[in-house]
Amino acid sequence: MTAADKRSLPVLDIAAPPSQAAHLVGDFRPELLRSSEHDLCPGCGEPVAMRLALEVVQELGCAQRAICSVGIGCYTNFTLTMDVDSVQCLHGRAPSVATGIKRMRPESLCFTLQGDGDMVNEGLQEVVHAAARGERITCIMLNNGVFGETGGHMTATTVLGQRTKSSLEGRDAGYHGHPILIADLLAPLGGAAYVARGSVYNAAAITATKRMLRHAFQAQLDGRGFSFVEILTMCPTGWFIPVEQGPQYLHEVLGAVHGVGVLRDGDQLRTTRELLAEPRKGSR
Amino acid sequence: MTSIAPAPRRQLMAGSEAIVAAAVEAGCRFFAGYPMTPFTEVLEAFARRLPPVGGVCINAESEIEAVGMAWGALATGARAATGSTGQGLSLMMESFSEIARAELPLVVINMARGQYDYTQATRGGGHGDYRHLVLAPIDVDEAVDLVPLAFDLADRWRNPVQIYGDYLLAHTVQSVAVAPRAFPPLPAKDWAVDGSLGGTGRARNINSLGLVRDLKGIRPQELWTRLQAKWDRMAAEEIRFEAEHTADAELVVVAFGSLAKFARYVVRQLRAEGRAVGYFRPITLWPFPKVELGRAAGGCRRIAVLEQNAGQMVEDVLLSVLGRVETVSIGGISTDNSGFGVGDLLNADEVRRRIEGALP
Repeated sequence: MTAADKRSLPVLDIAAPPSQAAHLVGDFRPELLRSSEHDLCPGCGEPVAMRLALEVVQELGCAQRAICSVGIGCYTNFTLTMDVDSVQCLHGRAPSVATGIKRMRPESLCFTLQGDGDMVNEGLQEVVHAAARGERITCIMLNNGVFGETGGHMTATTVLGQRTKSSLEGRDAGYHGHPILIADLLAPLGGAAYVARGSVYNAAAITATKRMLRHAFQAQLDGRGFSFVEILTMCPTGWFIPVEQGPQYLHEVLGAVHGVGVLRDGDQLRTTRELLAEPRKGSR
Repeated sequence: MTSIAPAPRRQLMAGSEAIVAAAVEAGCRFFAGYPMTPFTEVLEAFARRLPPVGGVCINAESEIEAVGMAWGALATGARAATGSTGQGLSLMMESFSEIARAELPLVVINMARGQYDYTQATRGGGHGDYRHLVLAPIDVDEAVDLVPLAFDLADRWRNPVQIYGDYLLAHTVQSVAVAPRAFPPLPAKDWAVDGSLGGTGRARNINSLGLVRDLKGIRPQELWTRLQAKWDRMAAEEIRFEAEHTADAELVVVAFGSLAKFARYVVRQLRAEGRAVGYFRPITLWPFPKVELGRAAGGCRRIAVLEQNAGQMVEDVLLSVLGRVETVSIGGISTDNSGFGVGDLLNADEVRRRIEGALP
């Protein structure tokens, strides 16, 4: 038998074929997700962010006391498969619902799952007031700079120049106004204990974001006050770009305005402007 | 052997204070509200009475946040309420309709500015098909009966219930007895979230969209159809009303809430004078006692609707008699310059003048 023949030999003995096809992919879903199937678009960053939150809940040993208040957006779909008690809220209202839950069940780990449209457009005052009150809840905002569920419309976090279905030539400061850096708004408030902005554009950013979520949940568990993690996520559908360009676009377009880092940890405060002035880690 | 229960202690209390005392006695442990006349004293009383019993009262930053907080508290299985006056309730409407679809037992304490929010209370301003039970006490005494009933009905039907009061109810000081009430046992709140089922494959989800675990997408057709059947049953089973002297009446006066107390007083006076006048009061504004009113007033010559607004409940009265009995409005807009609904119509002589004017 020549070397070439050896290379072309089948791995399995064809004379005795296996009874079922080989499993090429293992089941890597987090324990708190009943199914890894979802209806979101290819290239969407939200499932990655969702996964991180569920993994951290599990790792902190809080699986049996976590309650999630879910807003309205593509991520609302996760309530069908996440194995965590959840309450679906009206668009923008999740921080108030989480407040009611936490006040009645102080022993629970309460977090919200909202998008930028949900939190910064429709429900801005809810999250600001919850943070100022120092509610012992953790708000998680998935920021892709568009209304993904309606098909790519401008939100309050859409960056200048970004093209959406309602800012066709790109967001113009004079015509459409400026984006709101929500984390900067929340960080200085008296009740805020931990405020950070992460991203899921590459593996290093994902790991850093998971660390932020752990800090945020821990701040709640320690009773230190309100905590907030904004996570930049890809939305190639809403950005009208090919799926494979999503991570780069996220990093270079949204990430250039909504800079990644920790804005508040206890008494330590930093602004996005300061974060962006630091040398960027993990840039391509 | 007879056992005599000690008579509940009567206390002088303003209506809002008594309503809150009754709510706390009924097990309400969470309240969130935003101050607004004439509802403000309800918020004040909850802020005083909830913390000592381990409850929470939040002075919310807006009505929209208040109802959202109550939503969360209800989701944990707690008895919770919010409230306001009509203006504030306008802001809460989106949540009211969704809470009805999420089947959460919200109690809403509405201290309206007079009776001009009848249509708002009974029809609501929220989106989609939804219904709230609406209980309209005639005075403070009845209010302390209806408040525990509201919490019971909310839990029984898993549906919002509104108490419709007004400035007069909120601010009248009366001697009342707030005592525990007995109701038939309620089903366990096995739907309430406490986090305990996380990771077991059976985590709970409370939603208003028709999301069903492990099934893809939303299922509005199934949810809305099931809820409509529930609201049909509520409409049939929860009607409450009060009627006097209708059997041989030539004129039946229909009124609700505070104004009904004036109407009932005048009708009793006229009866004592030998006039053929009757009185009918819906206690549930929704469901409106249509069949019952049709039956009670079916033999009279005229129905006079006395309400403190431009003519809102009269539409329900017309639907009750469907043209079989002549129906006239004898109420109208009546307010002082505060706009809080305290007007000249809240006067027995004026009510008598209007009822006499409607006699056939």
